[in-house]
Amino acid sequence: MSIRIHGRCIAEYWRALLRLAPGFALLLLFWSAGELISRRVGLPVPGSVLGMALLAAALRLRVVPLRMVEPAAALLIRRMALFFVPPGVAILLYLDVLRSEWLALLLATVVGTVGVLLTVGLLQKRLDGHD
Amino acid sequence: MTEMPSIAAAGVAVTVAVFAAAAAVQRRTGWALLNPVLVSVAVIAGMLLVLHIPHARYEVGGRLLGLLLGPAVVALAVPLHQQTPRLLARGRSIGVSLLVGSAIGILSGLGVGALLQVPEGVLRSIVPRSVTTPIAMGIAERIGGIPSLTALLVIVSGITGAVLGPGVLKVAGVRSRTALGLALGAAAHGIGAARAAEEGVPEAASAGLAMALMGLLTALWAPLLLWLLSSLGVL
Repeated sequence: MSIRIHGRCIAEYWRALLRLAPGFALLLLFWSAGELISRRVGLPVPGSVLGMALLAAALRLRVVPLRMVEPAAALLIRRMALFFVPPGVAILLYLDVLRSEWLALLLATVVGTVGVLLTVGLLQKRLDGHD
Repeated sequence: MTEMPSIAAAGVAVTVAVFAAAAAVQRRTGWALLNPVLVSVAVIAGMLLVLHIPHARYEVGGRLLGLLLGPAVVALAVPLHQQTPRLLARGRSIGVSLLVGSAIGILSGLGVGALLQVPEGVLRSIVPRSVTTPIAMGIAERIGGIPSLTALLVIVSGITGAVLGPGVLKVAGVRSRTALGLALGAAAHGIGAARAAEEGVPEAASAGLAMALMGLLTALWAPLLLWLLSSLGVL
């Protein structure tokens, strides 16, 4: 008899984990490569973005097979919003700045964000002949 | 120091549990304002305040979760790769939209901030708020802002974009799936991309691309525009 969680046996979870492991390892590898290059060369681009560009290039050149990174990448992208919660809770550190500037900061942020939404959305709609 | 692992585990556990509950509530109600990030931040910040738990204790676990943002950004290479032909066919329009959008993002934030007479360091922290956290913090550092304040404004922008985005674009008559994804990724980075992914694959891919390119374009635009404005004597 095997132990079951949500109707699946431990072995299935283990297999799922093993399927994700090489992808996570590769994502971490490309991330650290990006960080290393970005710092050594002194690029204005952060390591994670450079890592993304490097991985995209590696996928295009078939150095890295897509099916190796796909499960781990899909999982991280699907849960990406979660990783923004701790930086959001850091609002507690800024209560004194916010006490005097909260309205200005909120207005600047909301106006700026709606500005970008409309600029990009409307420009793309106007310029793109495809759909 | 021996209690550090349990503090970290508690921080991670609380964050994941609150987020899962918030996501379930939004799925049930379908109400845009109940954005899971917004609700989770409000609930956790409220809990820390009410229970008098110092933010530093929460941050031990919080930082662990925040670390996953790095690999998550790298992971965006996958949808980018999968949608390359579709996106290349629209290469020029996407490039122009984001180039202009990035400049508008910088200038509109600066404009409103300057009008409301925000102090210089705070004003510079507003500039990179449309792009994903690690890029935004890097830009803030470079242009003399306060990186951690920028990180907060990035989250506020993300939530604003994800909550208002689909409605604003609908009212503006933008129906194209590419345009919706691009606008969400450009204005609200990862949080916008997460919102776009709920709409479908083309939206998710264009949001991922927009987020990446906005990061690059803003990293190039921000120092240039600030230099231009200060040499014109505006700033």
